[in-house]
Amino acid sequence: MSTVAESSAAESRASAAGRPARKGIRGTNLAFWIFVGPFTLGLLIFAYVPIVWSLFLSFFDARNTVTPTDFVGLQNYVDMLTDPDFLSSMVTFTVFAIFIVPLTFALSLALALLVNQVRVARAFFRSVFFLPTACSYVVASLIWKLSIFNGVRFGLANTVLGWFGIENIAWLSTVDPPWYWIPLVTVRLWLQLGFYMILFIAGLQRIPTELYEAAYVDGAKPGWQIFRFITFPQLRATSVAVLILNLIAAYQAFDEFYNLVGNVNYARPPLVYLYGVSLGSIQDLGRGSAGALILAVIIMIVTLVQSRIFGFGKAE
Amino acid sequence: MTSHHPTAFMSRRGFLRGAGGVAALGILAAACGSNTGRSPGGNGKVALAQWYHQYGEAGTKEAALRYAKAYPDASVTVQWTPGDYGSKLASGLLSDKGPDVFESQLNIAMVQSKQVVALDDIMEDVKDDFNENDITTNTVDGKIYGVRMIDDPQLIYYRKSLLDKAGLKPPTTVDDLIETAKALTTDKMKGIFVGNDGGLALGGPALWSSGGSFLTPERSPNFAGPRAAQAFSKLRELHTSKALLLGAPTDWWDPGALINELAAMQWIGLWAMPAIQKKFGDDIGVIAFPKLDAQGKDAVYSGGWTQFVSAKSKNVEAAKKFVRWLWIDKAEFQEDWCLSYGFHIPPRKSLAAKASKLQAGPAADAVRLAADYGNTDNPAWTPKMGSAFGDMLTNVIKKGADPATELPKAEKTVQTELDRLFG
Repeated sequence: MSTVAESSAAESRASAAGRPARKGIRGTNLAFWIFVGPFTLGLLIFAYVPIVWSLFLSFFDARNTVTPTDFVGLQNYVDMLTDPDFLSSMVTFTVFAIFIVPLTFALSLALALLVNQVRVARAFFRSVFFLPTACSYVVASLIWKLSIFNGVRFGLANTVLGWFGIENIAWLSTVDPPWYWIPLVTVRLWLQLGFYMILFIAGLQRIPTELYEAAYVDGAKPGWQIFRFITFPQLRATSVAVLILNLIAAYQAFDEFYNLVGNVNYARPPLVYLYGVSLGSIQDLGRGSAGALILAVIIMIVTLVQSRIFGFGKAE
Repeated sequence: MTSHHPTAFMSRRGFLRGAGGVAALGILAAACGSNTGRSPGGNGKVALAQWYHQYGEAGTKEAALRYAKAYPDASVTVQWTPGDYGSKLASGLLSDKGPDVFESQLNIAMVQSKQVVALDDIMEDVKDDFNENDITTNTVDGKIYGVRMIDDPQLIYYRKSLLDKAGLKPPTTVDDLIETAKALTTDKMKGIFVGNDGGLALGGPALWSSGGSFLTPERSPNFAGPRAAQAFSKLRELHTSKALLLGAPTDWWDPGALINELAAMQWIGLWAMPAIQKKFGDDIGVIAFPKLDAQGKDAVYSGGWTQFVSAKSKNVEAAKKFVRWLWIDKAEFQEDWCLSYGFHIPPRKSLAAKASKLQAGPAADAVRLAADYGNTDNPAWTPKMGSAFGDMLTNVIKKGADPATELPKAEKTVQTELDRLFG
């Protein structure tokens, strides 16, 4: 009995000192595993096991099977790196990134600046612009395809053009000029602008007001000058994060391409091509896996280079 | 009381640990518990999963469920798949969690990777009652791998009244077709609809209309000659004629574009006949894809669906028995499936002869055209070859690439695949 009382007392002393002792550490461990465990397990089973399995498959002739026996060494990698369709999907991706990354960056920053300036109903505007983020890519793609950018006279875009006497445009089917980029780029902008806007707003709110006050005292003009010399440099960390996230998201483009234009060779980003090779009717899981790993390595290298150039994660 | 303290502490820990474990398991179970469409068989019966793609016509799903329920010897669960059935089926066939019985089209890769079992034993006594093409398209190396469920000729539907108004006769050559489509185009309606992709569905028909084929009987590429190139150029011409409907809300396999008067003609299968006739009555005619020129030949694509038994099924024999029962023995179900919803030609000659709904009007014309000009799938033509062919067509039709430079590329891919498959 006295032992228990003593240890209790020791515990309460330890707690009082702000350093939970034995029990506290165990408690932390338990809480840690309760929160992190399921996700780690999920990550392990649904991300790492498939990655390792892909690596395994990529060295085999794995057609129509996930348990192949025919080892082919690096042949799948050679095939993918010399496959003109895979390479052209990289080109498609690059074109897409050239459109989407700067546009998303500029527009979400502009939105953040505007919403941050608003004096009334700020939460409302923030929510309104953020809401599309909650919409699924597939649903948004279907709306874009069937009601806004369909090729017949009652599509929204064609109705508007009709007011000006302009002929119907088959948005998703016209390759020359490549009108299909308009639905592809706008649907992604609509879906992701709000998310990056929130990141920028968070960044804006972390800029100390003293800086603006000091600038004002020093005679800096509100508007471009303030933005150029205070706001934008102060947003460096956020900007870099937005750029990196954006580029990775662009590499992973799949849903809107697959749903808007399908698996067509003129607008086929790498993931859609790989889906066709490995999971579609072709079922060449060896080459598909090799392609996926090549893509993963490229994303990793680009992200590392980008972080090095922009100094991601460095103190501001 | 004193001894309570550690116990209470332990039990709380124990509870939390347990709860955490249960939560994790729950998440896993929710994530892993995929519905294979197979429920445990009641009354000690074998459980079978049967997979269908989504048929567009009302009542088809209920019919499929009704047939499955009527089978006495196994408890059959139907999985009805909207959307990308091909991809779902392909992954389903990788494990024994997939279907026991499924519908698809045969290609040699399915046989070589041992996904399907031969069905000669259940076909033996009825083989001669099947349309020859339906046997050929399901035969690899002398063995029959599938039981044809339905034949779906695809051809061109046109509105008679619109042609009459323009003073035109149904087109008899590809050039005619393009001119007719142009003549029927108004500011409200396009001349013809062949799919939102600009006409990939016409690749085969155009090739056949020039007298070519995908592969020779000796299995070498036969789609890359000068006449084939000319036929594919015609598809490009159609695409740039401004007479082609593109970006329609529905695709070519759905009668929507014709019914909503977005186009005066449409490439589509016999299945849509009831829906189209309901809207236009007698104002409908059908023609084959017209011949390229005098040396060519009209072409109909005789598509369709075939029932297979998965080699990975745990109950291959029970699955075979079910296929035999439903698609060979139960003639009334086959008739119902072919004629009560969309129209399909019954693959059994005995049933086709009795199909009164297909013996008058445009349905009868479609059946006749299919018999005269029908082309079925060659099982040696694999999805990989199909994808190379489709890319070639996209480049020619949409980008205006020269078939003479595109065809050798597709031919090379196909040849590589043929070498791999047949050595």
